[in-house]
Amino acid sequence: MQSRSGGLVLTEAITPPMWLLAELTYKCPLQCAYCANPVDFARHKDELSTDQWISIFQQARELGAAQLGFSGGEPLLRDDLEILVEEARKLGFYTNLITSGIGMDEARVERLKAVGLDHIQISFQASSEELNNRLAGSNKAFAQKIAMAKAVKAAGYPMVLNYVIHRHNIDYIEQILELSLELQADYVELANAQYHGWAYQNRSHLLPSREQLLRAEETTNRFREKTGDKMKTFFIIPDYFEDRPKACMNGWGSIFLTVSPDGKALPCHNARLLPLEFPDLTTTSVESAWFGSDAFNAFRGDEWMKEPCRSCDEKQKDFGGCRCQALLITGDARQTDPVCSKSPHHPKITALVSNSVEPDVDLEPMLFRNMKNSLKLVKVAGQEPQ
Amino acid sequence: MEISANQIPMIDGGFRLQWEKAQDAWVLLYPEGMVKLNASAGEVLQLVDGKSSVGQIIESLQNKFPQADSIEGDVLEFFIDAKSKRWVSFD
Repeated sequence: MQSRSGGLVLTEAITPPMWLLAELTYKCPLQCAYCANPVDFARHKDELSTDQWISIFQQARELGAAQLGFSGGEPLLRDDLEILVEEARKLGFYTNLITSGIGMDEARVERLKAVGLDHIQISFQASSEELNNRLAGSNKAFAQKIAMAKAVKAAGYPMVLNYVIHRHNIDYIEQILELSLELQADYVELANAQYHGWAYQNRSHLLPSREQLLRAEETTNRFREKTGDKMKTFFIIPDYFEDRPKACMNGWGSIFLTVSPDGKALPCHNARLLPLEFPDLTTTSVESAWFGSDAFNAFRGDEWMKEPCRSCDEKQKDFGGCRCQALLITGDARQTDPVCSKSPHHPKITALVSNSVEPDVDLEPMLFRNMKNSLKLVKVAGQEPQ
Repeated sequence: MEISANQIPMIDGGFRLQWEKAQDAWVLLYPEGMVKLNASAGEVLQLVDGKSSVGQIIESLQNKFPQADSIEGDVLEFFIDAKSKRWVSFD
């Protein structure tokens, strides 16, 4: 294969990024125990400037990215959010704000609308004030979220409500869906926690039982039948309950590009836990990070695969599954995702699921996502904070 | 579901229609997703401006593609499909 410059390259078949997730900050007013941010976020305090972000947006758009998610941490904590949205929208991105709703008010909802924000996703922790606030580690969160969901609809945005589902809220699916309907959500994501990052630390507190999961799925299906198609509901099963892995990120470095608050290019928002040198977009272009970096090429294609993936006839379907899960459970990121029943490590997953019991009443032992606990985890790993 | 020639379609508020150079196609963007449109769907939807009626859109397409037959039936069928997918709504 010939590249445009005439040299022989391996990058010919690499498709450009379609989806850019901009994690604007790791700061967050909430402390959810399943947060997708790295557990050692306390080590990464630097944040890109407004101009650095805009340059990344321009480069990614030029390559073909069409969707841009503003995430975090809590993206509303960046006071240049309106500027970033406006620039992204001018470039032609479909702009998504992924927020807890904390730090929003009606005026800001309107301001973001005026600069062209296309969609707002609000996360909820539960359907009741008491449980929501305990899970979020904030006693004001729920009322604020309700008010902001109403403001988002009043301003005419399409609205997605996202609930991370786990042992402590999975028995309230009916109430969660009723609340979402009442708030006129266009889409509801019942996204079961996946056990990486903080959720991995808190797995024994969060993993539901198989019975709970089955009941929740049934409830969701009944609700869908009852309410028809005015609210689109997605129920995302935790990987641990499957016997084939998901096609994680639709394939490593295939469509998805995350940029961390300090400018690291990542193939997925969890990938920072992998032992790879991720490209730094303060010194490297998006194009060379995406097409040319070792990290983005590490798990493309199937050369890297071990057995049973290597000779498996399903390897083009799931690409071997999730690299983070492989590392966390087997100690080696190149192994088959242990969710797969063909993996020799699969019994570890089935044991975790069958040992998972019904809710214990005490949430206290959970490790909440905050600076103090992050520093503690950094110390455990033997790494000093910067 | 019937759609008549005097109805006025508009792109539904949950979607944004846009030409994507990288896709070489018209696309509909929506929260965290994208539909890549085939050439004929792109031809129809770019005429949906919230002012033109279905009849006017059919006429424009007949002028643009005089060789094509069955434009009317195809466009009506497309709008039924597009409405059921909530890409367009009618006033």
